[in-house]
Amino acid sequence: MDMLELRGIDKVYRSRGKPPVHAVRALDMAVEKGEIVALLGSSGCGKTSTLRMIAGFEDVSAGSIALGGRRIHELPPARRKVAMAFEGYSLYPPLTVRENIAFALKSAQLSRSEVTRRVEEIARLVEIEDILDGYPRAISGGQQQRVSLARALVRDADLYLLDEPMGQLEPQLRAVLRGRIKSLLAERGMTAIFVTHDQTEASALADRIAVMEGGVLQQFASEKELKGRPANLFVASFIGEPPMNLLDAEVTRSDGGFRLSVGTDMGFNIGGAGLDNAAAKALAGTPQVRIGIRPQKVAVGTGDVRVKVVSNQWLGDQSHVAGDCGGRMLIAVTPGRVAARPGDTIQFALEPHHLHIFGSDGSCIRHAEVS
Amino acid sequence: MEHSSLAGRIFRGVALSLILIFFMFPIVWIFLMSFQNNDQILRIPPRILFEPTLANYEALISGQLRTAAGNLQISFMRNLFNSVVLSSAAVLLALLLGVPAAYAFARFKFRLGETIAFTLLSFRFAPPLLVLLPLSLYYQELGLNDTYFGIVWVYQLIALPLILWIVRGYFEDISPDIEHAYRLAGHSWREAFTRIAVPLAGPGIAAAGLLSFIFCWNNFVFALILASADKQPVTVGALAFVTASGIQYGQIAAAIVLSVTPTLLLALYAQRYLVEGLSLGAVKG
Repeated sequence: MDMLELRGIDKVYRSRGKPPVHAVRALDMAVEKGEIVALLGSSGCGKTSTLRMIAGFEDVSAGSIALGGRRIHELPPARRKVAMAFEGYSLYPPLTVRENIAFALKSAQLSRSEVTRRVEEIARLVEIEDILDGYPRAISGGQQQRVSLARALVRDADLYLLDEPMGQLEPQLRAVLRGRIKSLLAERGMTAIFVTHDQTEASALADRIAVMEGGVLQQFASEKELKGRPANLFVASFIGEPPMNLLDAEVTRSDGGFRLSVGTDMGFNIGGAGLDNAAAKALAGTPQVRIGIRPQKVAVGTGDVRVKVVSNQWLGDQSHVAGDCGGRMLIAVTPGRVAARPGDTIQFALEPHHLHIFGSDGSCIRHAEVS
Repeated sequence: MEHSSLAGRIFRGVALSLILIFFMFPIVWIFLMSFQNNDQILRIPPRILFEPTLANYEALISGQLRTAAGNLQISFMRNLFNSVVLSSAAVLLALLLGVPAAYAFARFKFRLGETIAFTLLSFRFAPPLLVLLPLSLYYQELGLNDTYFGIVWVYQLIALPLILWIVRGYFEDISPDIEHAYRLAGHSWREAFTRIAVPLAGPGIAAAGLLSFIFCWNNFVFALILASADKQPVTVGALAFVTASGIQYGQIAAAIVLSVTPTLLLALYAQRYLVEGLSLGAVKG
């Protein structure tokens, strides 16, 4: 069942004397009950605007929002049954940490002992038990962020909105909290949407990731799907670390298939089983494509692509090798050490079935085969 | 502070004392004058030591001014009462109108918003005499001349812009997300305003209220033109001490002491709120 349904959402900010800013365009998205969704994108991509429209602090310029079957986009925030943790924490300064968290439960009309129990439970989860009686002013940014998170999670709501929920935390604590919050959300079947620009966080916490750019939802899928079957060039280059190698290639026909040539140094024969009808048709209609290959799929030490090593870094568990091939940069990631110095010439192997092919408009023509 | 040298500390002490004397001396001198009669005040050289008399206060409170030319009725206590009523009512009205307006200007962008805010501010720097003549004609037409309401109304020219602009700044300093969080927890917009925004801006509102109270209290021209004797505040009432038989310095001094005391006490009392207001500026981070 869809818990949250966004239909044709548009957001345009208009201010006098400035051109209108189209922050979100024609956004359609459905989130299932109990699902954890990440809104991932760079700054200004519309992810926080989306969150605030769901919470009700921004009007939708067009479109509709339904939560649990209720049309909520015309309701005031108080009646939407949504809990939110704000990026700027937004704690109530005159109240203690404990009161701040308990405050969120006030309208639920619980007994005092039940409130205390819930507050302490959530405080344990985010490790703020020792500062419960402090005031927001007196605690650090990381602690304030956890209080803000606790204040949102302690509530009974249909939907939990978390704006950069862990941005201020130290890496270790972040990893621990991620796990705990994920199991809390899963255990209680809570539906949550969180905004982040951190891919690791998105893939660690979310069931599905919505990648946004320029106010447009690029792809909404699991992390595996985003990596393996990116919908377009943007997703392909945005997701993955290090980013996908992207090269311009010319398309020519060759015995029953196509040949994609990158300059004079590289060429790939694509055809037969690796190409469905639609892809073949698309390739036939375009002289130029962009091809992409994940650095993890580039084999080092074999193959027919000769590159001049630009850098070779051993990261403790994998090597990142950057090679120059006729003015084009290729990155390869391999699990072992590579004995090559900058300036050496080594071989890279790029297999045709690992190639993602994108048309000149950025749309995907063919995904790499899943091996 | 503890790093400064002995000479530095002495210099600072001397400088502070000089400044203190400079500003406190007139108040102290007025205070002393209020316990002397005209002869004692006017003798040369003046003396610090004298035989105090309560005659000035007695005259003010009883309303009987004894001069060489005979007894004179004055209504100083009535004036003092008028001052309290007029200033309090003006500030109260300005707070009722100004605080919600300040919130609106701080939170919402609307058509002509800045223009309206600036127009209100311009009331503050337009010379009062500029508006007084047309205003007194209007007041006569409307029957507002010589009414408490009329003066409270014209005092809005003083109090409203002050409150609006000071309180607006305090509201702008409060992150709107604090109110958003409160509203998401099941509260209406109105509750977020009264329970979150107003208390958080409380020290600012108190400071603005206090300042505008003092400005209203000190106002002279509006009441001089628009009110007659029984509605006039102390500032205008003090004119009565300039009598046919001379200026009653002792009574003037006593009147000043009595009329300054309320605002002085109020300022001393509110001082800690003002300081608190400064430290609450840290709400954001």
